Amino acid sequence: MVTSGPGALPRTRRRRSWLGLAFVAPALLVFIAFLGVPLAQSLWYSLWQWDGFSTATWAGLSNYTALLHDEGLRSSFEHAGVLVIFYAVLPVTIALGLTAILSRSIRLRGVGVFRTLLFLPQVIASVVVASTWVAIYSPNGLVNQLLRTVGLGSVTRAWLGDFTFALPAIGFIGTWLGVGLCLVLFLSGVSSIDSEVFEAARLDGAGIFTEFRAITLPALRGQIVVALTLTVIGAIKTFDLVYVTTRGGPGGSTTVPAYEAYSKAFQQREVGQAAAIAVVLTALILLVSVVINRFNPKDDG
Amino acid sequence: MKALHLTRVLAVGVVGALGLAACAPGSSSDKPAASSSSAVSKDVAGAGDVTLTVWDVNVEGAGNDTQEALNKAFTDKYPNVTIKRVARTFADIKTTLGLALDSSDAPDVVQANQGYPDMGTFVSGNLLRPLDDYSKLYGWDSTFPAGQLAINTFSSDGKTWQKGNLYGVSQTGEIVGVYYNKKLLAQAGATVPTTLSELEAAMAKVKAAGILPLSFGNSEGWPGIHEFGVVQSATAGADAVKGLVTGSGGKWTDDATVAAATTLQSWAAEGYLTPDSGGVAPDAGRDAFTKGGAAFYISGTWNGATVGDALGTDGGFTVLSPKGSTTPTSIGGIGLAWAMSTASKHPDVAAAYIDWVTNADAELAMLKSGNLAAVVPAGYTPAPGVQTDVVDYWNKVNAADSLTPYLDYTTTTFYDTITSNVQELVAQRITPQAFTQALQADADKFAAGK
Repeated sequence: MVTSGPGALPRTRRRRSWLGLAFVAPALLVFIAFLGVPLAQSLWYSLWQWDGFSTATWAGLSNYTALLHDEGLRSSFEHAGVLVIFYAVLPVTIALGLTAILSRSIRLRGVGVFRTLLFLPQVIASVVVASTWVAIYSPNGLVNQLLRTVGLGSVTRAWLGDFTFALPAIGFIGTWLGVGLCLVLFLSGVSSIDSEVFEAARLDGAGIFTEFRAITLPALRGQIVVALTLTVIGAIKTFDLVYVTTRGGPGGSTTVPAYEAYSKAFQQREVGQAAAIAVVLTALILLVSVVINRFNPKDDG
Repeated sequence: MKALHLTRVLAVGVVGALGLAACAPGSSSDKPAASSSSAVSKDVAGAGDVTLTVWDVNVEGAGNDTQEALNKAFTDKYPNVTIKRVARTFADIKTTLGLALDSSDAPDVVQANQGYPDMGTFVSGNLLRPLDDYSKLYGWDSTFPAGQLAINTFSSDGKTWQKGNLYGVSQTGEIVGVYYNKKLLAQAGATVPTTLSELEAAMAKVKAAGILPLSFGNSEGWPGIHEFGVVQSATAGADAVKGLVTGSGGKWTDDATVAAATTLQSWAAEGYLTPDSGGVAPDAGRDAFTKGGAAFYISGTWNGATVGDALGTDGGFTVLSPKGSTTPTSIGGIGLAWAMSTASKHPDVAAAYIDWVTNADAELAMLKSGNLAAVVPAGYTPAPGVQTDVVDYWNKVNAADSLTPYLDYTTTTFYDTITSNVQELVAQRITPQAFTQALQADADKFAAGK
């Protein structure tokens, strides 16, 4: 958003802020029409008990208290919390490790090929990704074939149909998706570090760990914040993978808030409840992204 | 900071939109009153130029061709009518039809799913027109069996099912039954079952012969409704299940339903079902059966053509009778109702079209394309094998009125409740008692909210 800079003179301030508003107006109008109004409508609907057609009855905050009392709804948010580990924490950690290795050999031949391969999951439509993994996880899929080959036939199972493992199985797809994105971000960050800094460190006898801790990690703070913001939001609002792989099952073991909102609104015709889930989900995402962005180095001034 | 500005903008947006919408959602009164008004007529040619928007679910192969042909024949007969066809899959129509009916240019004719979640909600929202006057005009009330008409009937407030006004008629019929592979049964020395205990005896023999008894892919949850429904109908009988689904009597925790849950759970424990069924896709479950990997497969007659094509005369279809009875009883029903929106400006033309796609000629065309017609025209000879069994059982359950409604019709949330709980039951995670208690709790909540 455009605002008058700190150096603006008081006299010109008013005029400049109107000018700024004029520049922002088109984007703001689009924002209000396609985001602000629907969001406000959702807020309004969330206070009613409504099937979508007949006249609604006032529900007050009961749709929100249901989020606390209804075990199914509460667990959908807990599942989203588990997915944050798989979608965000693991990919960022793995990508940082890979960056430490790849940044030492940044001039290695074929590094571009690896980068492309690792990024590939990001450019495939998520429905295709999910369908592929459904096949991989199926009772006679790749995972179970591999396990049988190495003599672990006793642990084979229908991974997406298992009450304990279905959620981690979906989470792992997210990890696989996220690593490439994080790695590309981090590698671009590393490439902006002056190579002389690395050479100086090596002359001083720094090993791979010291180099990573003292140079790479601090330099990548901005990229890590971006990667975390994207992946954490992706984890909390995930819908497509769950819809294609398990539809929230088996039982309710893989439900997530976005899927519950869809199911409540369009299948169970509880529009108010669905809106309440969506509102809480939106608030949660806003909160999380604000918290994560506190760590952005630019805010240090 | 960015976030602050965002908050301010949001606040402005919220206040603005609340001002615009400061009344209860759904209370706008621009919907026309539902009345079987004025004189109805069969006259289509005299209606002038009419464009009829039609939403149907005949999207697949032969069904699609048949529907196209029916539409063309209608417009050939009445050149003043143009049909704008919107073909959607069942899943799509389930999530979008309500929004379409509620929009300013609602379709004229739609295929609506029966039961409380769909037809009931549409009726309560005054989105569908009662068709009793047209039923008399076209004789639907005598063409279709009473049981079929009841499924398409609702009270005008949408709160009581199977009583009140007629809101549509159906083109196709459906029974969920047990498909079998004659070759595998012969191999195991088992016979075609007609009761639940015969089925269990046959599955034991098949299992002993080293063949998977019952193919079951339940990753999407809905096949669980069929699996449990077949067992429940054969255990509790038609009247008890009808009472439960329509909310007119009995409890889900009654002994017969607990017994049905116990039976299904024991099948999983005995290894009669596909292992890890919760992780097997429904299509994979069907394919395992059609490729000869299992002796039995529980599904609806809509899979008759697929099974018939794959197994030929080795394929068969049976519907179980409750203990001590010879009346085949199972869940099933009729295809989505062809209904008329209250918004339609040409009810006479819309009604003529509904009659056109459900009359005897249309039913014959549906049968020839491998579907099961709602009313099989007298004298029709089905193809040998699966279709012969299907038509035979369809005529029997209609004559005996022993078809039980799909269990997810019970309440607006029942689909979710029963699909997830069957998965829990089959995975041995809950007891049959806890299973039936979960179903009853859902029914209680719905009854309290009515």
